[in-house]
Amino acid sequence: MSLVRRRKVPENERTQVPDPNPDGNEKDKKIIDNKNEIQKSQKQQSKWNCVDSCCWFIGCTCVVWWVLLFLYNMMPSSFPQYMTEVITGPMPDPPGVKLQKEGLKAKHPVVFVPGIVTAGLELWEGHHCADGLFRKRLWGGTFGEVYKRPLCWVEHMSLDNETGLDPPGIRVRPVTGLVAADYFAPGYFVWAVLIANLARIGYEEKTMHMASYDWRLSFQNTEVRDKSLSRIKSNIELMVATNGGNKAVIIPHSMGVLYFLHFMKWVEAPAPMGGGGGPDWCAKHIRTVVNIGGPFLGVPKAVSGLFSAEARDIAVARAIAPGVLDTDLFHIQTLQHIMKMTRTWDSTMSMIPKGGDAIWGGLDWSPEEGYVPSKRRQRNNVTNEDEKIESKVKRVNYGRIISFGKDVAEAHSSEIERIDFRDAVKGSNVANHTCRDVWTEYHDMGFGGIKAIAEYKTYTAGDILDLLQFVAPKMMERGSAHFSYGIADNLEDPKYQHYKYWSNPLETMLPNAPDMEIFSMYGVGIPTERAYVYRLTPAAECYIPFQIDTSADDEGRCLKDGVFTIDGDETVPVLSAGFMNAKGWRGKTRFNPSGIPTYIREYDHAPPSSLLEGRGTQSGAHVDIMGNFALIEDIMRIAAGAKGEELGGDLVYSDIFKWSEKIKLPL
Amino acid sequence: MAYILRFRKLFFLEPVNYSSSDQPKTDEKKSNETPNVESENQGAVSQVLEGNPKRKKQNKQPKEWRRMDSCCWIIGYMCTTWWLLLFLFHCLPGNLPGLKVPEPPGSRLKREGLTALHPIVLVPGIVTGGLELWEGKPCYDGLFRRRLWGGSFTEIFKRPTCWLEHLSLDNETGLDPPGIRIRAVPGLVAADYFAPGYFVWAILIENLARIGYEGKNMYMAAYDWRLSFQNTEIRDQTLSRLKSKIELMYVTNGNKKVVVVPHSMGVIYFLHFLKWVESPPPIGGGGGLGWCAKHIKAIMNIGPAFLGVPKAVSNILSAESKDVAFMRAMAPGLLDSEFLGFQTLEHVMRVSRTWDSIISLIPKGGETIWGNLDWSPEEGHVCDSAKKKYNNGKNENNSEGGTSFRVQELTKYGRIISFGKASSDLPSSHLPVLGSEEFVHGDSSPNSYSSCGNVWTEYNEMSQESIQKIAENKAYTVRTLLHLLHFIAPKMMKRAETHFSHGIADDLDDPKYNHYKYWSNPLETKLPDAPDMEIYCLYGVGIPTERSYVYKLSPPGRCKTIPLQIDSSAEGSDNGCLKGGVYFADGDESVPVLSAGFMCAKGWKGKTRFNPSGIATYIREYEHKPPASLLEGRGLESGAHVDIMGNVALIEDILRVAAGVSGAELGGDRIHSDIKKMSEKINIRL
Repeated sequence: MSLVRRRKVPENERTQVPDPNPDGNEKDKKIIDNKNEIQKSQKQQSKWNCVDSCCWFIGCTCVVWWVLLFLYNMMPSSFPQYMTEVITGPMPDPPGVKLQKEGLKAKHPVVFVPGIVTAGLELWEGHHCADGLFRKRLWGGTFGEVYKRPLCWVEHMSLDNETGLDPPGIRVRPVTGLVAADYFAPGYFVWAVLIANLARIGYEEKTMHMASYDWRLSFQNTEVRDKSLSRIKSNIELMVATNGGNKAVIIPHSMGVLYFLHFMKWVEAPAPMGGGGGPDWCAKHIRTVVNIGGPFLGVPKAVSGLFSAEARDIAVARAIAPGVLDTDLFHIQTLQHIMKMTRTWDSTMSMIPKGGDAIWGGLDWSPEEGYVPSKRRQRNNVTNEDEKIESKVKRVNYGRIISFGKDVAEAHSSEIERIDFRDAVKGSNVANHTCRDVWTEYHDMGFGGIKAIAEYKTYTAGDILDLLQFVAPKMMERGSAHFSYGIADNLEDPKYQHYKYWSNPLETMLPNAPDMEIFSMYGVGIPTERAYVYRLTPAAECYIPFQIDTSADDEGRCLKDGVFTIDGDETVPVLSAGFMNAKGWRGKTRFNPSGIPTYIREYDHAPPSSLLEGRGTQSGAHVDIMGNFALIEDIMRIAAGAKGEELGGDLVYSDIFKWSEKIKLPL
Repeated sequence: MAYILRFRKLFFLEPVNYSSSDQPKTDEKKSNETPNVESENQGAVSQVLEGNPKRKKQNKQPKEWRRMDSCCWIIGYMCTTWWLLLFLFHCLPGNLPGLKVPEPPGSRLKREGLTALHPIVLVPGIVTGGLELWEGKPCYDGLFRRRLWGGSFTEIFKRPTCWLEHLSLDNETGLDPPGIRIRAVPGLVAADYFAPGYFVWAILIENLARIGYEGKNMYMAAYDWRLSFQNTEIRDQTLSRLKSKIELMYVTNGNKKVVVVPHSMGVIYFLHFLKWVESPPPIGGGGGLGWCAKHIKAIMNIGPAFLGVPKAVSNILSAESKDVAFMRAMAPGLLDSEFLGFQTLEHVMRVSRTWDSIISLIPKGGETIWGNLDWSPEEGHVCDSAKKKYNNGKNENNSEGGTSFRVQELTKYGRIISFGKASSDLPSSHLPVLGSEEFVHGDSSPNSYSSCGNVWTEYNEMSQESIQKIAENKAYTVRTLLHLLHFIAPKMMKRAETHFSHGIADDLDDPKYNHYKYWSNPLETKLPDAPDMEIYCLYGVGIPTERSYVYKLSPPGRCKTIPLQIDSSAEGSDNGCLKGGVYFADGDESVPVLSAGFMCAKGWKGKTRFNPSGIATYIREYEHKPPASLLEGRGLESGAHVDIMGNVALIEDILRVAAGVSGAELGGDRIHSDIKKMSEKINIRL
C-alpha cells in the first residue's frame, strides 16, 4: 500500500507547479530549474529530443513492467490454476492427489534413468574461454553459453575423437541428483511432474534416486570414467537396505532403457569388467523395470543424425535455434559443427537400428507394411473407406531406411540398379583446406566416394552399418568397440560376455529373476520418422554432401518432407519400443530364459485441448509422455506395490502384435 | 530478479525526492549532463514550453504532463545508463590486465604436481545447509522442491508466518510436524553458497576441482541440521547414506581412504557418525570395529565446536546470538522491533527451540572445562592487545602486553551468565547461593499471554516471581546453566536429553556410554580404534568471540514475552573484554579457542582414555587478517568462522592432505593462541 501512496505524491504536488510563486522558496525554484534544463536541452538540439522521448518511453515501459511484476509477485501462487479452472471447468486431480486419497503409500524405492540429451552436464575443468563457468551447466538449463560463445561451447561439449573420453584439459560431468533431469530447460519438464506426483504419496530424496550419467559417453565408459554404474549399484543397494528390503522399481526413459539393460548385465558380470554383484543381484534388488519410450531396437532418427546431422531429437539444438543452424550465420558452419560434435558422442551409436533386416525389413518387405496412417483417427471419427483402400494400394517400403530419390523409394526392388559402394575409391577432397577448422569425416572423402554412395540407391537396416562404416570410419571404429547391432545365433557363445553386447536386447539374455517384471510404456498415435529420402547437396565449398530431400511428399504413403513416417511416439517407432515385450521376451524365450513377465502399456496421443494445459496431460510424445496422467498413475501404482496383472495387463492400441508376428526370429 | 526489485525500490523513492526537491541525486546528474544550460536565466518557463510545440501538441495539459514526463524520463535515463554499464561490465574480459587476481591455491598446487588422491567428504555445519520443501500446507502451494532455507530467502518476506510454521519441528518429537516435510538439499549445491554470493564451501570445492576432484571423489554429506543427529538417521537415513557413499568412494577410487572435512556443527555430527558406524544395529550402522580404520585417512575439522559454543546458550535463553540465528544479521531492524505487530524475536525463539541440534552446541564438560565462579582456563586473556601480541611475534614481554597485564582483576569467564555487570566480577563469596532445585514454577497469569497473539514460547508458562528468582541467582556457571535451562525450557530439554549429553565421563567403559546420546560429546566417547587416522583442528584465531554474557530482566512490556535480554549497556571492563553485555575471548567469532582446540591440544593428544589408540592430532590455527581491500571480498586470510573457508592457507592444507600428505609433513602444529596454556590449566583425568 505504501508504494501506491508514494506514487501519488507527484500528483499532489502537481497543483503547486502551475503557478510557481515568484518570490517562492528555493525549492520551487529548483524544480523550475530542472524543468528548464530539460526543456532547454530539448530545444537546443532536436536530436536530444529524440533521445529524450526514447528515455521517456523506456521509463514508462519499465514502470509498467515493474508494477506488473510486483502484482505478479503478490499474486498467490495458486492463482493461475484458479483461473484455468474458471475458464475450462474443474481439472481432473493430478494422479498424485487422486491416489493419495485412495490411500496409496510409498513402498518401493524408485530409480530414474534419464535418456539422451535430457540430463544436464556441467563444467568441472575447461579452457580459458570458459573461465568462470565452473560448475555451471553447459547442457540443460538456459543454454545461455551457446549464444555467448558458440565455438567455445562446441569445443567443450565434444569428446576426444580417438578415445571417446574427455579431451585434454576439459572435464564436463553430469549434474547429480534429481535436479539433473527434472527440467531440461526452465519450464520444460522432463521428470519433474512424475517426481511431484510421487512426492504426494510420500516419496522423497531417500526413496528416489536419479541415476544421472554422462549421456555422451558409451555405456561402459561412464563406468570407466565416472563410476556411474557402480554408483547406481551402490545406491540401489542402499535404498533397498534402508527401506526395509523392498526391492527397487527402475524407471528408465529413452536411451536410459538401453543404459539400464547394460547395467543389468554389468552388475551380474564378474569384476573387473562387470560389477561383481553375483548372478542373483537383479533378482534380489529389482522388482520392476518400467521402460518409458524405450528404443530397444534403435531409432531410424539416429541414422539420419549421424549421416547428415538432420535428426530432430539427437540434435535438439536444432530445434532450439533452427534459423541459426540452417544458415552459415557468422561464417560459423553450424551444422557441420554440430555434426562434428555429435559424432564424437559414442552414445548416439547405441541407437542405430539393431537386428538388421530381420527386424527392420528388407528391400521389399517390412513388418509394418500395410500400415494405414489414418487408422488412428478412424477409431474416433467417421470411417473413410475410400482413403483406407487407397492407402492400402500404395505399399510403403519401410525397409529401405535410406533411399536416394523418391522414385527409388517407391520402385520395386528388381527395378533398382544398385552399384556396390563398399569398394569404391573415396578419392581426395579438394575442398579440404578451405573449410577452416570444421572437421567432419566427409572431408576425407572425394567426389567419387560420394557418388558411389548415391549410386547404391537404397539402404536397408543391414546396409546402413556398412554405409556408416564407409562414411565415418573413425567413428564406427570407436563405436564398434562399444556397441553391436546384430542378432545372436547362440547366446551361450562366450563372446557375448563382452560388454559391447550388453545393451543390445537381441544379443543378451535377461537376468535370472523370475519375480521381476518388465513394462514397456510408450505413446502411440504420432507420425514417427521411419525411413528417409535423401539427395545430394548441390555442390558447395564446405558442406555435408547429403541431405534429406524435403521436396519429396506423398500423402498416401506417409511421406512428408522426405521422411516416411509410421506410428510411434514421434521419436521411437512402435516396432522398436514394443517388439521385445510383445514377442522377443514374451514367455520363456532364449532372450528371457527365466520367463520374466512382460507387459505393454500404450498411451494414445491426444494433443492438449487448450493452451492452458501446457504440454498436455494425455500426450504420447516421447518426452511429453512423462506428464501423461495415465502413465503417471500406472507408475505410481507399480511403485506402491501393484503387479502387472493388477494394472490390467497389456494395454495396446497399435498393431504391434500383428507386426511382431511377421518378424521371423527364432526364440 | 533481485536487482530489479532493488531498482524498483530506488525508483519509487526517486520521484518523491525529486518533487520535494531536497537536493536529489538526479539533479546533480542532469546538471552534469548540461552544464552550459545552468547559466541561462530561469524565468522563461512558459517560453520554453511554447518553444517545444511538438510536446505541447501531444498533451493538452502540459503542466501535469511535465511531471509525469520527467519522472519517466529519469527512470528511462537511469535504466539506460544501468543497462549500458551492465553491458559494459559483461563485455569486460574476466581479468582486467591491471587488476592482478591472486592465483588460487588450487592452480599453484596443481603446478606443483598435486593430484586428487583421497576421496573427500564434506560435512556442512548448522544453518549453512539448504532445506527444501517436499510437502507443505496450502500456503506454500507450488513451492515443491524450492528452497525455504538458503538461497535468496524471498519466502520469508512474502509469507513470514507460513515460513516459520514450515521450518518448525514438532515440539514433542523433534521430527516433522504433521503434513509438513522439509528435507535437506542433497549434493554439492546444498552448501556451496548459503545465499547468492555468500560462499560457504564453493571456494574449497573449486580449488579441489583444480587438482582433479569431481563428482565421483567428492561428496557433500548434507543432512537436516535442525534434527538431532540420531534423528537424521531415523527419518532420512542420512548416516546410512554417508556410510554407503564412503564405502563406494573407497572402492571406486582404488581403495584409497577418504579425507573428511567437517565444519562447525558438522564436526560433532561426524563424531557421532564415527561411533554410529561401528556400533551394532539397530541403533548403530553395523560397520563393525575397524570400519573407521579401514575407510578414513584423516578428519580435518574446520572451526570445530567440539565442546560447544556459549552462543548457543544466549540463543536459547533469549534468541539473541548472532550466528545461530543468522537471520538476525540479515535483517537486524526487522527482528528487534515489533515490526508490524509481529513479534519476530519471539517467533524466532519458538522456532529455534524446536530444533534439537542447537542443544548439541551447549557448552560441554561443565565447570572442569569452562570454569567455575572464580576460575576459568582463559583468565588472563587480554582483549586489547590480542592483535598486537600476534603481530609482534609471540611473547607477552613487549611493553603493550606488559601494561595490560598489570591489571589484577581477571575476567571471570566461568560465569557464563551473570545478572548485572556488578555480579559478573564480584568475588564468589559475595554472591548469593541459590540451589537451582529451588526454582519453582509459579502459575502464569493468563492475561500476560492471551493478549499477545499466538506466539508460544515456554516463557509464557512462567510466572513473574520465578523469573525474578532466576535473576536473583546472579551468576551461572556452565553446570548451573543446565539447571537454568531445565527450568526455563523444560520441554525442549526433555526432548533434547534423550539425544545429547553434556558431561564428562568418569568411566568410559561403562555400558551406558553405548547409548547414542553420548556419541557427539568428545568427553564421553572414545575415538575409534584407528591408529593410522589423523585428526586436525583447523580454526581461526584473533577475533573476539562471545564467551559469557551479562543479562538483565527485560523492562515489562505489554507483549514482551522474552523476560531476559542481554544487558547491552554493560560496557568496558578493565581489559576491554566486555562489550555490549558480552565478554569476549579469543576465537573465530563463533567458537572460542578453548572449544575448538582443547581436544586436539590435550584431550586426544597422545594416548589418552578418550583416544585409546593414539590417533595423531594436529592443531592448525589461522590468524585472522581482515581483507586488505574491498576487491578481496570476504578476505583470503580471514579467520572468521565461515569466512575461513576461503582462507588460502587453510585451503592449501586441505588440498595437501587430500593429495596424500601426512600431518607431520604438513608441519605439525601451528599455534598462535594460548590454547596450550589454557589446556594446561584444565584439570581433567586423561
